Amino acid sequence: MSARAGSSSEPRTEVIKTWKLFISGAYPRGESGKTMPLCNAKGELVAHLCAASRKDLREAVEAARGAQGAWARATPYMRGQVVYRLAEMLESRREELVEACRVAGGVGRREASRSVADALDSLVSMAGWSDKASMILGSQNPVAGPFYNFTSVEPAGVVAIVGSGSMECVCAAIGAAMAMGNAVVVVATPEIALPCLILAEACACSDVPGGVVNVLTAEPAELASSLAGVIASHRDIRVVHAWLPCDGAAAAGEASAPSGAPAASAAPIATTLQAGTAENLKRVHIHQSGADADSLRTPAFLSQMIELKTVWMPRAV
Amino acid sequence: MSPKARTAIRMTTPDPGTAGATALAPWDYAPAPESLKVAIAPEHQLFIGGDWVKPASKAWFDTANPADETVLSRVAEAGERDVDRAVGAARKALKSWRKTAPLERGKLLFRVARRIQERSRELAVLETMDGGKPIKESRDVDLPLVAAHFFHHAGWADKLRYATGGDESRPVGVCAQVIPWNFPLLMAAWKIAPALACGNTVVLKPAETTSLTALRLAEIFQECDCPPGVVNIITGAGETGRMLVEHTGVDKVAFTGSTSVGKRIAAACAGTGKRLTMELGGKGPHIVFADAPIDQAIEGVVRGIWFNQGHVCCAGSRLFLEESIADEFIARLRERMQQIRVGDPLDKNTDLGAINSAAQLATIRRYCEAGVREGAECFVSGGPLPKKGFWHAPTLFTGVQPSHTVARDEIFGPVLSVLTFRTPAEAASRANDTPYGLSAGVWTSKASKAYEMARQLNAGVVWLNCFNEFDPASPFGGVKESGFGREGGKQGLLAYLRVGGKGER
Repeated sequence: MSARAGSSSEPRTEVIKTWKLFISGAYPRGESGKTMPLCNAKGELVAHLCAASRKDLREAVEAARGAQGAWARATPYMRGQVVYRLAEMLESRREELVEACRVAGGVGRREASRSVADALDSLVSMAGWSDKASMILGSQNPVAGPFYNFTSVEPAGVVAIVGSGSMECVCAAIGAAMAMGNAVVVVATPEIALPCLILAEACACSDVPGGVVNVLTAEPAELASSLAGVIASHRDIRVVHAWLPCDGAAAAGEASAPSGAPAASAAPIATTLQAGTAENLKRVHIHQSGADADSLRTPAFLSQMIELKTVWMPRAV
Repeated sequence: MSPKARTAIRMTTPDPGTAGATALAPWDYAPAPESLKVAIAPEHQLFIGGDWVKPASKAWFDTANPADETVLSRVAEAGERDVDRAVGAARKALKSWRKTAPLERGKLLFRVARRIQERSRELAVLETMDGGKPIKESRDVDLPLVAAHFFHHAGWADKLRYATGGDESRPVGVCAQVIPWNFPLLMAAWKIAPALACGNTVVLKPAETTSLTALRLAEIFQECDCPPGVVNIITGAGETGRMLVEHTGVDKVAFTGSTSVGKRIAAACAGTGKRLTMELGGKGPHIVFADAPIDQAIEGVVRGIWFNQGHVCCAGSRLFLEESIADEFIARLRERMQQIRVGDPLDKNTDLGAINSAAQLATIRRYCEAGVREGAECFVSGGPLPKKGFWHAPTLFTGVQPSHTVARDEIFGPVLSVLTFRTPAEAASRANDTPYGLSAGVWTSKASKAYEMARQLNAGVVWLNCFNEFDPASPFGGVKESGFGREGGKQGLLAYLRVGGKGER
């Protein structure tokens, strides 16, 4: 980060990093060559980020699709260990994560600290879900006939996670998607870009197979005007989770029907995702950023990362 | 084959001694019409807020018996104000219904299940008259399942926390439910029973060609002292459905029907915060390996495509035969097709009833013409069809290429397309080569092969050595463009609950 080191009286010129994208286990620069500055609350330059284009997104999806089959075939025990390893790798970089959240997210140290603790704990929790979710979400069904009938849990495929605001929610979603055997494409907006990219680095130096986790950073305007449309229409993406800033009207899904004009920032992305996916009927889940990460460590959330398959087999011959 | 007593479809099996004989002697059955006469009122109003009300739209339409084209009754066509009134009634009722003690909600559903059982013959006859399906199917499949659905979900009402894996939950709210004409009363049960068990209120719209049994279900809710407004049933065509799902007072839309309409509804609901479940079309693969029990597989294939005139979203409409048995299997299937009796749906010996509407018949014919035009070989079984009404004989296309229209589009009629394969991997990849993913069937004597195929097939329901089996305890629903959400079992309840976190809108 921008630690203002320099024990001597000489002012030191900082080495400011340009963070690259993370696709298929490698770190390409964006295809467009476009970068964006990341500044702290005071407006000081912290780092440069690559601004992902539509082509970067398509490549990330291709990488995810390529990696997903083998990842899904790994045993749940193995997947759980890999997700846990990710938490181990990140734990030693906790200070760096806190600083990343604080600097880019514009939150206080205490809040950043809580956010990172939540994120890491969510990864640990999700690691534990890998071989248990099927027991809760699946079932053996007592049908009125001579059949074995069971409903089993299968990975959905490629999961896109669109994140702004809540680093801990995005982390929980990544852990949940991985634990269930999916590959992930994360599209992060600048305020959570650094923690997501640190997570990407931890993936690269732990046991996560290349392509299972891909991280793109995007300009918010580019996300709304262009990338969201690709996320909605790309047929290799099976599930979309988006954490978007709260807009009062549709908040909390209260019983009353949504009305009025939703906040400008969130509504277009949510609507673009939902309208775009109407054509291919992929699963879309819109969440408010700032939602409690703890509530994500639940069967209900895991059920949004999977498909169910019911199998009938006669037991009389 | 599955000797399941309750939902079995009884069909005449060819005598093994004569199988392979060139021609079977014609064998006339004496007519065996169902004897129960059902009284049908000349006019059916809307069921809103616990009362029968005339439509503010002042519009009506006729509903006819597709087997003889006689008009059975005229039915109200709900307009904007009627939809508004129904949604308002459901919203008003929600306030107290969601707070009703769960076991009390359950008890109402138990009561309804009992009344359905007691009135099941009447409902079966009415279903057959209004929709054209054979009485033996409405009597032995639809109605027992309708009652079972209410009975099953009645028991869930006070146990929801166990269905969610321990998390607290609350109802979604007012549910707009739009259902198709192929299983009119069964679809109403699939929609209403879980919604009510979970504490929601509903506005249900049946398909315009099959409104009558849903309205009789409304009568049963009245008989059972269902609080006014908890269940509202409004009738009409596509436009009424559109107004209902787009109404701003609706919290959730549950739709069963075609994929194209499902996509339109999903687009209309984008950005509104409404929850959706979609049970849409399919082009189910039915895979028969050389090591399958062939006699039983043939019965399974018949059940897969000629059940309910093929008006089944999960029908096994693409038959994949392992190349080494294809010729023999097709020859025996053709012979078996000749045993399918097409005719008066109220005759207890009828296997294949009337096509639901003139429009659907035209669609099926158009697909058959496309099949012939594109080069597939068409085989049609049976003798002359009745003069009046809408009829389509069992039809088999062979020499079908994966690119043919009859191999790709959902026909929703008694039309089967046959393709071949050589290896299990090829069978799976060709079976999955479709935007749909609702059902699949596999016939083989090797259990390990059966389960490996089940793993590889992209479908929400896989029938191994059986087909078209349904049960309220068994979650049903699709993947890919066959929709999302499940109906039945504990998984089906999640579609009608808001669980735990405040996170999702």
